[in-house]
Order: sequence, then C-alpha cells, then structure tokens
Amino acid sequence: MFRYILRRLLQMVLAFFGTTLIVYALTFAGQGDPIQALAGERPVTPAQRAYLTEKYHLDATGVGGFFYRYFDYVKNLLQGNLGESLTGRNIGDILQQAWPVTVQLALIALAVAIIFGVSAGVIAGIRRASIFDNSTLVLTLLVLGIPTIVLAPLAQYFLGVKWQLFPPTAGSDPTFYALLLPGIVLGSLSLATALRLTRASVAENLRADYVRTARSKGLVKRRIVVVHVLRNSLIPVVTFLGVELGNLMSGAIITEGVFNIPGVGFNLFRGIRTEDGPLVVGIVSVLVVVYLVSNLVVDVLYAVLDPRIRYE
Amino acid sequence: MRVRRLAAWTALPLAVTLGLAACGSGGDGGSGGSGSSAVSIQIAEPKHLVPTNTTETSGAQVLTGLFSPLVDYDAQNKPYEVAAESVTSSDNKVWTIKLKDGFTFHNGEKVTSDDYINAWNYGAYAPNGQDSNYFFEKIAGYADLQGKAPKAKEMSGLKKVDDLTFTVTLSEPYIDFKTVLGYTAFYPMPKAAFSAPGVLKDSYEQAPIGQGPFKMKGTWQHDSKIDVERYDAYPGEKPKVKNIEFRIYQQLTAAYADVLADNLDVLPTIPTESLSTAPSDLGDRYKTSPMSSFQFLSFPTFDKDYSNPDVRKAISMAIDRDEITKSVFKGSQTPARSFVSPVLPGYRENTAGKAGEFNPTEAKKLYQAAGGPSKIVISYNGDGGHKDWVDATVNQLKTNLGVDAVGSAEPKFADLLTKVEKKQPVGMFRMAWVMDYPTMEDYLGPLYTTNGSSNYYGYSNPDFDRLVKEGSAAKTQDEAIAKYQQAEDILAKDMPVIPLRFGENVFGTSSKVKNVEMDLFQRVNLVKIEAAS
Repeated sequence: MFRYILRRLLQMVLAFFGTTLIVYALTFAGQGDPIQALAGERPVTPAQRAYLTEKYHLDATGVGGFFYRYFDYVKNLLQGNLGESLTGRNIGDILQQAWPVTVQLALIALAVAIIFGVSAGVIAGIRRASIFDNSTLVLTLLVLGIPTIVLAPLAQYFLGVKWQLFPPTAGSDPTFYALLLPGIVLGSLSLATALRLTRASVAENLRADYVRTARSKGLVKRRIVVVHVLRNSLIPVVTFLGVELGNLMSGAIITEGVFNIPGVGFNLFRGIRTEDGPLVVGIVSVLVVVYLVSNLVVDVLYAVLDPRIRYE
Repeated sequence: MRVRRLAAWTALPLAVTLGLAACGSGGDGGSGGSGSSAVSIQIAEPKHLVPTNTTETSGAQVLTGLFSPLVDYDAQNKPYEVAAESVTSSDNKVWTIKLKDGFTFHNGEKVTSDDYINAWNYGAYAPNGQDSNYFFEKIAGYADLQGKAPKAKEMSGLKKVDDLTFTVTLSEPYIDFKTVLGYTAFYPMPKAAFSAPGVLKDSYEQAPIGQGPFKMKGTWQHDSKIDVERYDAYPGEKPKVKNIEFRIYQQLTAAYADVLADNLDVLPTIPTESLSTAPSDLGDRYKTSPMSSFQFLSFPTFDKDYSNPDVRKAISMAIDRDEITKSVFKGSQTPARSFVSPVLPGYRENTAGKAGEFNPTEAKKLYQAAGGPSKIVISYNGDGGHKDWVDATVNQLKTNLGVDAVGSAEPKFADLLTKVEKKQPVGMFRMAWVMDYPTMEDYLGPLYTTNGSSNYYGYSNPDFDRLVKEGSAAKTQDEAIAKYQQAEDILAKDMPVIPLRFGENVFGTSSKVKNVEMDLFQRVNLVKIEAAS
C-alpha cells in the first residue's frame, strides 16, 4: 500500500510538470496582445506598455523566449511563488481567497448529489419499473438535457428573483444559505448521473448470486440491501463522484459567474477573458493538483469498498 | 485487513473535510444583502485604486468617494472649484492653483500643495508604469520623466509657492487646463502613501487614503467588495448616507438579478440583453440620464477601397440610425450626426450635414458614382454585445446600396487593433469613445489628430491638426470653441469616421434609495444619493 501510494505520488510529480508545461505553452501560443486586452478599448500609453513588457518578460518571444519564461515560472513556483497577475496582484493571494469558496460550493454540490442522487438511485433500483423509478428517470433526463448555462439563470430568476426563496446572488463572504441554490444547480448534473449509475448498479446486484444466497439464509431485506448490495453498488458511483469533485471545483465557471461567487472559476474566467497568462497558468496548476489528489483518493477508496482489490 | 485499515486512514481526511465544510459554512443569516444602513453600488473589480493608475469606470467610481477633485463640472459642463480655491492664469501657460484651507486626508494629515506635486510627479514618471501617465504631458518638463532611465524625477513645471499654493507651467498655452484638472489623475496623495520620495507603498492601494467625503472602511476585498464610510471632517458638501458598499460583480446579469430582487441599490449599467425588458421589470426604478459615449465606424486609411470621401459619405447616408437606435437599443442610445458629444459646450447638431441624413436613393447614386467597393466588411469585437447592431447595419447597407456586406467578429478589441496595426483588410471597424473631461478637444485631439492616441485608422489632415492646436492655445473659451468648430467642419468634409450613436446612462435602482444621479462619466453621485425613508 505504501509503495503504491509512493509510486502514485511520484507519478503525480511528473504529471504535474507535464501539464503545466502544456498549459503554459497553450496560453503562450494563444496570447494576442495581453497589454491591450488589459486596457480594453482604451489606448495604452507607451510608458504603461514598456513597464508591463519588462515586468512580465513579454518581449521574450519565440521558442527561446518560451523556455526562458517557462523556467522562470517553474523556478518561482518551486519557491512557492505563483507570481503576479497582469493587474499586479499576487496569484497566491487570489487563490487563497478564491479556493475556500469554491471548495464549499463543490462540497455542497457533491453532498446534494450524494444525498439525493444515491438514495433516490437505491430506491429506484429496488423498486424498478415503479412510479418512483419512472418519474426519476424522466426528471433526470430533463436535468441532463438542460445545460448549466440555461439552468443557472432560470433557477436564479424563479427561485431568487420571482419567489425570493433564495438570495439571487452570493457575493462576498457567502453564507451556507446563499451558496445552497448555486450548489444545487451545480450538483444537479452530477445528481442525475449519480442517480442513474446507482440505480443500474443496484438493480444489477440485486440479481447477483450472493444476494440469493443471503436471502435464502434468511437475512432481513434491509441488511441485504445496506450491507451487501449497497457496498458493491457504490464502486462505480465513487469513481464517478471522485472525478466529479475535480470537475466541480474547476467547472463552476458558469455557476460562479451567474451567482457572483468570487471563487476559482470566477477568477479563471477573468484570466482567460483578459489574456492574463500568469493567472490562468497559476489556477490551472493548482487544479491539476486537485485532480491528481482526488483521483488518488478514489483509487484508495476502492480498497475500502471492495476487499478483493489490493494494491501492491 | 491491514490494507483496508490503511485505506480507511487515507480516506478519512476527505470525510472530515466534507463534514467540516458542512458545519463551517453556517454563519449569520441573510446574504449578499446590503444590510440596513449601507447603500450598495455595483462595480466590476477595479484594476487599480491609485489615482494616477485608474482609468476605468469602476476604479474611478470608488475614487470619487475617497477623493475630492480640484474642480468639478456644473450642469453646463463648465468647471467650478471644489478642493481648489481658485485656478487662474493670465496667459493660459502658467497656472496658479490655490487650495481651499481645511481639507485633511483621512489619516489627519493636512492637504498641502506638496501632496499634489508629489502625486503628479509619481504619475508622470514613466518607470512607475502609471496608466494616466499621458495626462501630464502638457506640463513643462514631462519629457524628462519618460523613457527607461529618465533624466529627472520631478517635472520642472510644478512649483510650490506656499502650503496652499502652487504653480503649473505648461509647455505651451492650453485654454482647457482648468477643465482637465477634474480628471481622476489629478487627485493628491498623502505623505503616508509614500515609503520614500517617489516610491508608493504597496499597501496604499489596498486602502487608499484620500481627502474626499468618504474614507475606506477596512481594506479592498478583492473580487467581493469595497466598503467606505462618511468622513466627518470633510469640509465640502456632506454626503446623505453614512456607508456605501461597492459590490463587485463579474457579470452584469448577476447584478441585474440582484437589482430586480431589491438586493442591490444601484446598477449603473443595465446589461444589453435585459434592455428590452428592463423598463417593465423595474418600473420607475428604471432610469436614464445623459452620458458622453460616442459610437462610430472608422475607415482605415491603408484600405484604398474607402479612400474617396464620397464613398464614406454614401455609406453614412445608407444607414438608418433612427431605426437601429429604436429597434436594437430600445431608445437607450440616440442617433449621432456630429463628431463630438452633445453634452459638450460647443456641440452643434448635424455637423455631418447631408451625410448624416438617411437617404437611400441619394446614397446609392453617390456610391456608384464614386466607385465604392462591391463588398463592405464591418469588423467588431465579439465580446461587447455589438453583433445585433452590426448585423442590422450590414443589412441596411445590402438593401440600400445594393452591395454585398458582412459583419466580421474578432474575439476581442485587442485582436481587432492588432489586425489594424498590421494593416490587414478589416474593412470598416467599430470604435467608441468616452470623454475624460468635458471639452471638445478631448474628442478632436485623441480621435482625429495625426498623433491622436486613439486614431487607429490613421486619419491625418494638417489643417485639422493646426486648428485643434490653435483652439487649445486660444486666449478665451469662445475663441477656442470657434476654432474647434472650424476643425469639426473639416471632419464633415473628409468624413474619416461615420458617427452612429451617442450613449446614455441606463441604470436601475432599488426601492431603498432615492436621488440617484449619474454623471457623464458613468459614475454615481455619492454625495447626493439618499436612503429612501
């Protein structure tokens, strides 16, 4: 086990540098004129242009310039310095403020997906072809069919503005209540998928041999479902949710924008829009780490759920 | 078994985080709400909050609360003194600025002429990379502070006379200098802002100390809000509200939802996609007021297709401005037929003359006689909500001129400019201008003179340049305006750009505030705003 985790951690280091190199290269290649992008439609003064060019080595172009800037970046990164955004803010500080909010939001979304998705999935799996099963299937189909970019403003308009059940936006220092609606919106897509996965898996396991054995031994139904079926059925769901946690943290760009939540997606969107290369690379580097770690946790969780799986 | 227990230990932190997050996010009830006392105003995350480094609206909005300008503008857009006692000059070259006594910075420092001189020198010194650097270019000695290793750190044109008086010598006479002083870049900065002479503290920007009606409450909370409270020792007009929260939004649509729900007090700009429904959504909370923005189409001079002024006039005559402002902008903008904004002293209606009037038959005749191109392209930036009106314009050109016309979107304005600089065929391209201070020169200079900072299309006419120069060197305002108007007449003849529309402030308020006024620079008047009782 230790050796397995150690091996994975070593792989993570390689994966981390590989992805940052690619992301850095992509932002570098896609960069038009970040200084003008920063100024919007205003003219840029020569003084401002000269200042920013020198500060961010924007004059270093071409392949040589790329490696010069990349190694400069990595050198700072290894010293724990994520650099400065083009507006002169420390990226480490930006992330420190943005991260907790996004983590909260992602966890709410994940909790919504687990609580509603998994339990409804189990019920639907046990009572297959019942009214409950059919209606959840239709509902999840509907949710899967509506993209977040439509769902989020609709939820905001009806639940936030029209009926005023939730605050329409979260804003600064959001409370749990303010994050609930965006969390539900964000989690609804994972909820639908988790529900369908659980349902299929539970339905399949109910017909497995070991369930028949357990039933013929005279075990009560609740114990069969909770201890035997559920545990085996959760393996695909855990894989999905683990990967989804990474997605939720980075993929909240739309939701965070609509509900004005100053999290990671919010900053990433701004970074992309204003061609703020350092900011984009900084955020993505951290996201890479999140992905790698959540994948590792998922793999380790397998062993907990399924004793047959062993890591050497 | 051992394996499983280890695995459980690894999985534990995840579970703990889950649990902690679920409990930790409780906190006080209600959210995003403005609270009972603070008035909330929407802004975007400012780029900077240093006076000499702030050129966008959001930063300027916050600074209007924290600072008090030397001069402000009255209803006719003539400057009047606020922090200055008097601004005088006998020859328009050497200006004497006397400060009012009694102004103090929020940290208790008395405001002296040094604070102005230091702040302006800081802004003009090129290695500081300040955005407003070019606003100081008219002051004598500015050139010595430019370049990588400037010769001097202080402009020779700034001279302290006593604690409340200083003189500004310009490199050449400039009639509008008093008007220019109302701009954000000309605020003073206290001694506490500098760690050494000419070196600004990094922390200053996080909680700027000014001499205005409001002071910072805490620091700038990036991406979330900036709180300010009334500064009781402010000697000028006292604000009616005690606290203001500048709430930062990334997207206007989110802010619009908050205004609808009475959760945000002032939204200075209603998003384009909500313009058609806003009047009915907001009722009497929907408001408009004049603003200085000017939208136009420009012709790059390197493109020979459009080099004949008659072609440009014909295109202008083929555009039905009234129809577009009505159908696309729902009356939130007004048709433009002049080259400067109607809010300015010296503005005349219809200076474009016949070329500004919609006349499809005449347009087609003129276009064919002048040999206009068979295909017209209008380039625009795709991120600014311009597609609708460009499409409408393109369709009008197709029908009225009988040519092929297309709109071509570039991702960002910067991409468009890069193409123009490389002289790639972009066709006509859209541009807009918002003034920095209310003079005709602020339109004519940057947009149409040969070296104008925003003259990306390369228009150049020596007679025009000369007239603008003579105007700014004039002895009296009337004389200056006469020269500027003559210059504008040249534009009507050459038609370097097609004026399209003048903007308006279209804003929304909550039911909790009253007396919301917006100025020509898209800023809310923070002294006049009141809580509705």
